[in-house]
Amino acid sequence: MDTSLVDWSRAQFALTAMYHWLFVPLTLGLGVIQAIMETIYYKTGNAFWKQTAQFWMKLFGINFAIGVATGIILEFEFGTNWSNYSWFVGDIFGAPLAIEGILAFFMEATFIAIMFFGWEKVSKRFHLLSTWLTIAGATLSALWILIANAWMQFPAGMHFNPDTVRNEMVDFWAVALSPVAINKFCHTVLSGWIEGSVFVIGVSSWFLLKKREKSFALASIKVGAVFGLVASILVLWTGDGSAYQVAQKQPMKLAAMEGLYEGTNGAGLTAIGVLNPDKTKYNDSAEPFIFNIEIPKMLSLLAERDADAYVPGIVNLIEGGYPTRDGTPALSAAEKMERGKTAIQALATYRQAVKEKDEVAAQQARNQLDEHFAYFGYGYIQNPEELIPPVGLTFYSFHLMVLLGGYFILLFIVAWIWSVRGWFDKSAWLQRISLWSIPLAYIAGQAGWIVAEVGRQPWVIQDILPASASISNLSTSAVQTTFFLFLFLFTVLLVAEIGIMVKAIKKGPKIIHYKS
Amino acid sequence: MDYLFLQHYWWFLVSLLGALLVFLLFVQGGQSLLFTIGKTELQQKMILNSTGRKWEFTFTTLVTFGGAFFASFPLFYSTSFGGAYWVWMLILACFVLQAVSYEYQSRKGNLLGKKTYQVFLWLNGVLGPILLGTAVGTFFSGAEFTIDKAQLTDAAMPVISSWANSWHGLEAVTVVWNVCLGLAVFFLARIQALLYFINNIDDPEITQRSRKQLGIESILFLLFFLTFLVHWLLADGFAVNPETKEVFMQPHKYFLNLIEMPVVLLVMLAGIVGVLYAIIRTCLSPVWRKGIWFCGIGTILTVLSLLLCAGWNHTAYYPSLVDLQSSLTIENSSSSPFTLKVMSYVSILIPFVLAYIFYAWRMLDLRKINREEIQTEKEHTY
Repeated sequence: MDTSLVDWSRAQFALTAMYHWLFVPLTLGLGVIQAIMETIYYKTGNAFWKQTAQFWMKLFGINFAIGVATGIILEFEFGTNWSNYSWFVGDIFGAPLAIEGILAFFMEATFIAIMFFGWEKVSKRFHLLSTWLTIAGATLSALWILIANAWMQFPAGMHFNPDTVRNEMVDFWAVALSPVAINKFCHTVLSGWIEGSVFVIGVSSWFLLKKREKSFALASIKVGAVFGLVASILVLWTGDGSAYQVAQKQPMKLAAMEGLYEGTNGAGLTAIGVLNPDKTKYNDSAEPFIFNIEIPKMLSLLAERDADAYVPGIVNLIEGGYPTRDGTPALSAAEKMERGKTAIQALATYRQAVKEKDEVAAQQARNQLDEHFAYFGYGYIQNPEELIPPVGLTFYSFHLMVLLGGYFILLFIVAWIWSVRGWFDKSAWLQRISLWSIPLAYIAGQAGWIVAEVGRQPWVIQDILPASASISNLSTSAVQTTFFLFLFLFTVLLVAEIGIMVKAIKKGPKIIHYKS
Repeated sequence: MDYLFLQHYWWFLVSLLGALLVFLLFVQGGQSLLFTIGKTELQQKMILNSTGRKWEFTFTTLVTFGGAFFASFPLFYSTSFGGAYWVWMLILACFVLQAVSYEYQSRKGNLLGKKTYQVFLWLNGVLGPILLGTAVGTFFSGAEFTIDKAQLTDAAMPVISSWANSWHGLEAVTVVWNVCLGLAVFFLARIQALLYFINNIDDPEITQRSRKQLGIESILFLLFFLTFLVHWLLADGFAVNPETKEVFMQPHKYFLNLIEMPVVLLVMLAGIVGVLYAIIRTCLSPVWRKGIWFCGIGTILTVLSLLLCAGWNHTAYYPSLVDLQSSLTIENSSSSPFTLKVMSYVSILIPFVLAYIFYAWRMLDLRKINREEIQTEKEHTY
């Protein structure tokens, strides 16, 4: 398989996903915040809250449009660029996508029209319901696509059918309610809420810095700070859950996240560290870090819920032999590759035997396939080093995300106290920090997805299908062309979006009736 | 629910989604008429706000059509999307342009200027229906691909679906019948848009211009649609032997499908009558505004029957021209019985979804779009 085609297919998907993820979190977060504001309007009848909600809705609409634009490409790219994947697991993966369309997208598309155009056409109550249903639709959409993504990280509820040469779903609830899916959904949506809150506080701070729309800005900050604080505390909890799931299901990803080469009992968690650029091979003698500060035993505690537990490193995962949870020695990468090759060969033998109507040979081959199927994807791996994801990118993205997560908790606490005490509008330093925190929220979101997706390479389906066996049979130049086409298109549209957003913010809300 | 029933049921649902999509392409039709019907800036704004409140339905239906196809017939998804790469990429690119253009075209700071976004909408309006129609044409004319599931055991080259030419789907435009269907869909979308404007916009000039334009569009639609239809009824089709599952060429296959499935024939006839009734009555009665509903329902019924003929009654719905036995049928390309069954439970919610869409649509359309509403900008406008 042409590795440049695999890499360009990866690059195109990463490009689309990263652009898409620039817009989705704001939709998820801002959507709830504006719905809270409209609810206050509904309860109090105070037009100030209606106008406040309408201003944020205007920004929501600008952001939503480009989110939709980038989203459609993502869905179809599973087919266009990952053709083999689409057949191999389409029986399982397609279902959440279809449910997303039927249950979530239509809800979102229907009620967003009422939310924007229905203020004068429907009752206050129905409008409020529409606003909540719009964000419920967006959140449901996130739920189903994240269930699909989680299944790729932790394939469950399926079996391989050698007659159809694909994986088939046998337990829908195992797919929909897997612990990885639940954690991923909560963690991802909450990160969107954080981004929405930082955005609201940051934009409101800009108004305060410009000495404009004071009452609007302070009211928005109050809502944003409380909502953001709740979300950021919860994200800490779901983050812990996510890391635990990674430790259980994707130990190589965890090792890359921590830059852990040699496993140990009572492993420490790297709080801050700089990787050693001289370490070019997993088994060379170079030290992994130039500098790092470790919290003793914390990694074992977080990964295994036991401060003295063993956590394998990259070397151990490649070379095997360390004790697994059930006490048996872990297989080496070479042994797994061998079993994978056996599974693939058994599939070939099975199909040939069926063709020749040799039932005994078919049954033998099938037994062999079933026995080794857990390692099927390893059969496509040529070199054990392919099994190591890019450590630097995964490590720094993870630590940046965690660092920013901690920073946001602090920011929301300060913003909340300062707004409750009436200090916020007098604190230009806090307003500046809040404004400049907006890009940090985007960086945190992107970093999170880099950890999730880069950290699981080379797998598209964990242990079952690597990226190299998932792609479409296209020329590299075709994928390069569409990559640059979308890069150009999305970049132009992003610049346009930022331009429109800035103009709309500068114009400000229409606060007509309220007197502070 | 047995497997064969589920496969037929899901082909029906996918066909219904496809039919709804063609109806909702009136949004694209309207965009393609933006500069033809809207002669002043205000009129163009009224048109954009009229189609702009519905564009998300079309877009969502396209996405759901893709998702449902993926879930129910994944082999089509992997073969056609991964093979006819350029056609699908072109379709996607022009829908990306649509998604941002409504919101951005009238906003300050939009980088490219209002006119550019309106041209994007026009482009989506023209290319969207033509490309989608041309792509659907390959359901009857075939495409050049091969499928070999044993390929998965070749670690060096494990891709099972391959396209047999370097055009990757663009060759579909060289088949005149595909283009005929594409143009028929395009002009049908424009007819529906004109009927929608007459119904949805309360403006004498737009109404008058729409009625005038309706005649030209109808003649062009009938020209391309009837050409395609006659060819389709007379053409050899891709049949499946129900016993051996072997695909073979059968003379007048699609005509025979209609005869052997009389309900589908009746649905098609009712659909065609609905479209013609809407056009003729709108042309004859200067006050009648309900044409969009008759034409819309007629479109849905006609497209539904066409697509049912593509997949039902032992027919290969995505024929391969280079290896007949690689052709896709609803039996050899579907998801497992379990997945189809799970999805069928989900599909029970579809009437509920349609009901709330209809309700929301009615609520928004109770008052027609007029100059006053657009000029005062009391609400969000495009």
